[in-house]
Amino acid sequence: MLQVNNLSCERANRELFRNLSFEVSRGVALRIHGLNGSGKTTLLRILAGLYQEFEGDVDWGEEHYPLYIGHRRGLKALMSARENLFWSAAINGQETKLSEVDEALRQVSMGGYVDIACGSMSEGQCGRVSLARLFLLHNPVWILDEPFNAIDSTGVQCLVERINKHLSSGGILVLSSHVEVPLTNLQELELRY
Amino acid sequence: MRIILLTVKRDLLLYFRKPGDIFNPLAFSLLVISLFPLGVGPSADILGEISAGIIWVAALLTTLFSIDLMFKEDYEDGTLEQMILGREPLLLVVYGKIIAQWLVGGLVITLLSPLLGMMFYVNTDGILATVLALMLATPTMTLIGSIGAALTLGLNKGGVLIAILILPLYLPVLILGVAMIDTATAGDNYAGHVLWLAAILAISIGFAPLATEQGIRISLSE
Repeated sequence: MLQVNNLSCERANRELFRNLSFEVSRGVALRIHGLNGSGKTTLLRILAGLYQEFEGDVDWGEEHYPLYIGHRRGLKALMSARENLFWSAAINGQETKLSEVDEALRQVSMGGYVDIACGSMSEGQCGRVSLARLFLLHNPVWILDEPFNAIDSTGVQCLVERINKHLSSGGILVLSSHVEVPLTNLQELELRY
Repeated sequence: MRIILLTVKRDLLLYFRKPGDIFNPLAFSLLVISLFPLGVGPSADILGEISAGIIWVAALLTTLFSIDLMFKEDYEDGTLEQMILGREPLLLVVYGKIIAQWLVGGLVITLLSPLLGMMFYVNTDGILATVLALMLATPTMTLIGSIGAALTLGLNKGGVLIAILILPLYLPVLILGVAMIDTATAGDNYAGHVLWLAAILAISIGFAPLATEQGIRISLSE
């Protein structure tokens, strides 16, 4: 469970948010929305533990090690989809068989591209490969920054199904998105300045 | 331990798929070195005198040029973020990256150094000492260099700043290494120099990656 108390953050002499407090329990998704520049990405990076310049408390309880997928997709252009995912699993301390990696890629309809270097894929395909992590890794906490960007409608549907499954098994999700997301157990947070 | 091996493997794979990153600095240094016999003239006396210094400066330059790229791409494509957030300790990943970097940079220069020594009329004792000294010193250079690479990650013009930050830290290694080769060429015992270089290496192995790890966290937190 995630508890945030009196979170304040200032960037480039501008206050992004002040005394923000909220709670996300297991099985619930939190959608953060707001105008461009309202601090969505910064808030997600704070929650992920990547950004330290803030005041207030972020308490994840026992669930450390979130799975964070940001604007930078975390894929090596010179490595194939399979190699990239295998590495993602390794860095997460997960022993993975290649068949599991291939299965995860099949889930995001990238089964035919396992050996293709991510550098020669389209933006949307790269997005799918990075989202294949959701099918491969077992982190209870997901933090996704605009996961629906550059993904086509079947991809969105596939992602929504996966997220609902994650939530019903007690996972937590924090995401930022400009579009409404058809999720069960959705909580909203709007950032204003 | 597994993650160190996997990181080494991954980085070597990436270097081999983009060989320019390794070969350009190396080729540049080799060219610079081979200009000296042409420019100074083929006199064995003069070349022998300056050989140690030139080989060391070449090793330093190669390290400097290639260290700049050590974390840069991982930073830009977001894999560095994944390394920070992953369950495996970032420190071990850093060790892996340093080992891979040394294998394609420092080790290659070390293996090429006998050839360079011959070009400068260094005698057999001197060549042996050169190889030994570089074997002990190039890992230190990579280790110390990685601190600079981590600290200058978010900056656009990191390259020059790295040089300013870490070249002064290379001085003890440079002084000891050159002195060791000169002592060996003169036929004297250089065990003391070896021990000093080994001691510096041992300290660097223990502490430099800690600083690098913190440097990455600071750079990423901007």
